[in-house]
Amino acid sequence: MTKLLDLNTVVQNLPSTLKNEVTLEGGSLYVNNKYILEFCSELKNNNKFQFNYLKSISAVDYVEFFEIVYHLDSLITNTSLVLKSKLYGRDGNSINSVISVWKGAELQEREIWDLMGIYFEGHPNMKRILLWEGFQGHPLRKDFLK
Amino acid sequence: MKVSDNQDLNLINYNISKPLHEQTSIIDSEEGQDVNKLIKTNTKPLSEPIIEVPDGLDRNLMITSVDSLINWGRKSSVWPLTFGLACCAFEMMASAMSRFDLSRFGMEVFRASPRQADLIIIAGTVTWKMAPVIERVYNQMPDPKWVISMGVCATSGGPYYQSYSVVPGVNHIIPVDVYVPGCPPRPDALLYGIMMLHEKIKRYKNLDLKQIFE
Repeated sequence: MTKLLDLNTVVQNLPSTLKNEVTLEGGSLYVNNKYILEFCSELKNNNKFQFNYLKSISAVDYVEFFEIVYHLDSLITNTSLVLKSKLYGRDGNSINSVISVWKGAELQEREIWDLMGIYFEGHPNMKRILLWEGFQGHPLRKDFLK
Repeated sequence: MKVSDNQDLNLINYNISKPLHEQTSIIDSEEGQDVNKLIKTNTKPLSEPIIEVPDGLDRNLMITSVDSLINWGRKSSVWPLTFGLACCAFEMMASAMSRFDLSRFGMEVFRASPRQADLIIIAGTVTWKMAPVIERVYNQMPDPKWVISMGVCATSGGPYYQSYSVVPGVNHIIPVDVYVPGCPPRPDALLYGIMMLHEKIKRYKNLDLKQIFE
């Protein structure tokens, strides 16, 4: 099993520009959604973390806000990390795509767009993946009613 | 996709310098239009194919014998199509394997092409995105053809009833001869359904004397 990284040491090892954009709430690491791409590339390229493997991206609908959850693994240091990002507002939500950091994000970001309606900017092929073109709405949202 | 359409011909010789998704958007939207059209038109289940029960008056002895011979031949070599949609497909495969052994019924040849198949076993959840494909595959099969709806998902939507993406029963798309309940049905149940289909095939009337003499 991979070891879960201590979040306080993660924050301490970040460069000073990113330190202010990170908060620790209830045992999880929240990143300002505008800095997610810089944060992810730092986590991958920093020698102390080397998170070279993206396990999963998922999205949660908390009605007041959406939460994007990234599960990261490092196959080099055998550690793992969970980071989250909040998106406020119901419509027109968008966050930067992390495809330039981990290519495996492509299908999962498309799935989140398909089912949750969160747009990923910078994604090369942002279209529906499971449902068909012309489907009305995003079915995993809390306010999706047929 | 119509190949005769000029725009689509351009799609086949696609431009490498442009990203692929920009060039395939026409295919995507056409697929979506097909699906939306099916959802709008196929709102009611199709009725079961009617079997003409022989009453013995408008057919003579020779025709009934020919009928029973043809029906015996058909029922003893029903060739199913290789077509699995979800977990029911595993039970279908299991029933084809040596323990349950579909070849006892002359059915061991699962054909990969609908042109060579008599029977389509809808094994699994039918989504609206899959519905145009099922309709097309069914239309490609030569007559006479039969349909078995295997499991509750294919029969009525099952646990996904009233879901946004699941067809409420494959009988909205194609007419179904035999329904096999279960989630998933055991191979025994599928075999029983196949035997019921055999009973049904036995009762088909192949030569209509009225049509011949009028």
